[in-house]
Amino acid sequence: MKARLFVPLALFLLLAVLLAVGLTLKPREVPSPFIGKPAPAFSLAQLKTGQPAFDPAQMRGQVWVLNVWASWCAPCREEHPLLVEAARQKQVTIVGLNYKDDPRNAEEWLRKLGDPYQAIAVDRDGKVGIDYGVYGVPETFVVDREGIIRKKHIGPLTPEVWNQDVLPLIQKLKG
Amino acid sequence: MTAMKRWLLMLALAAAATTHAAEAPNVAADPALEARVNALSAELRCLVCQNQTIADSHADLAVDLKNQVRDQLKAGRSERQVIDYMTQRYGDFVLYRPPFKATTLLLWLGPALLLLVGGLLFWRSLKNSQSAAPAAAVADADARRAEQLLAADDTPR
Repeated sequence: MKARLFVPLALFLLLAVLLAVGLTLKPREVPSPFIGKPAPAFSLAQLKTGQPAFDPAQMRGQVWVLNVWASWCAPCREEHPLLVEAARQKQVTIVGLNYKDDPRNAEEWLRKLGDPYQAIAVDRDGKVGIDYGVYGVPETFVVDREGIIRKKHIGPLTPEVWNQDVLPLIQKLKG
Repeated sequence: MTAMKRWLLMLALAAAATTHAAEAPNVAADPALEARVNALSAELRCLVCQNQTIADSHADLAVDLKNQVRDQLKAGRSERQVIDYMTQRYGDFVLYRPPFKATTLLLWLGPALLLLVGGLLFWRSLKNSQSAAPAAAVADADARRAEQLLAADDTPR
């Protein structure tokens, strides 16, 4: 009857819906411009002495995960058991990018917590990190057979993220 | 006791001086370059502390990115090229001033749009209240009654 009376209520509901949607957004997760683009090339020494330099081009032909980590990064410790388990089950090849870390601390860390990485590139000054748009460790990239980045996860991997997002994608990419 | 205090004070001052000295090397010998670095850094968002520019922020990554800006400018790249380098890696989000394009239309034009809508509503309600004014005038019968009452009671108090 008096439609005008409901205008404030409608406006309020609209605002409430907008704010509710706003609450679910994650402004900390900046969308990566790398999705669908080739993984930036680099060549870095490996953490383990005696290994040849690591270059992403060596991974052509297989689906792999690049995990950016550091021994000083607390959330890395949180996600680490998940990576160790994934490597043990041979779910995917995991390469580490040891970001702005002291190699001695990194080695100690791996001795204590286990080493899921097939190779670990040492990014001492964080330059390669910048090339990959890394702004907070841990970050995890999924790269396909052609060397194209298919996914980027910012922050620690949780079992939910791994089992619902990352692993299905890896299995799809492996075909 | 006082001697020891003095000693401690001197030690503290010495420590303060050395920590300060350790931060110094970033100040480039070339003030013109540094001015360009600072100007450009003020246009780039720090991704760790998102409401600061990398010029304002002391986060590790901000310092790294600022060094990157300095290195690239020193190597002869233009401001435009450095901005492109950053957006290729971190997306448009790294720009403190968002670019004007299809996805940011609402962001840029939103305030003007709101002003326009608000102005229109205001103008309409103003017009309505003007045209509604005569209708609100007192009915004839009431007016006559009021006159009678006023006339009846004109003795001064």
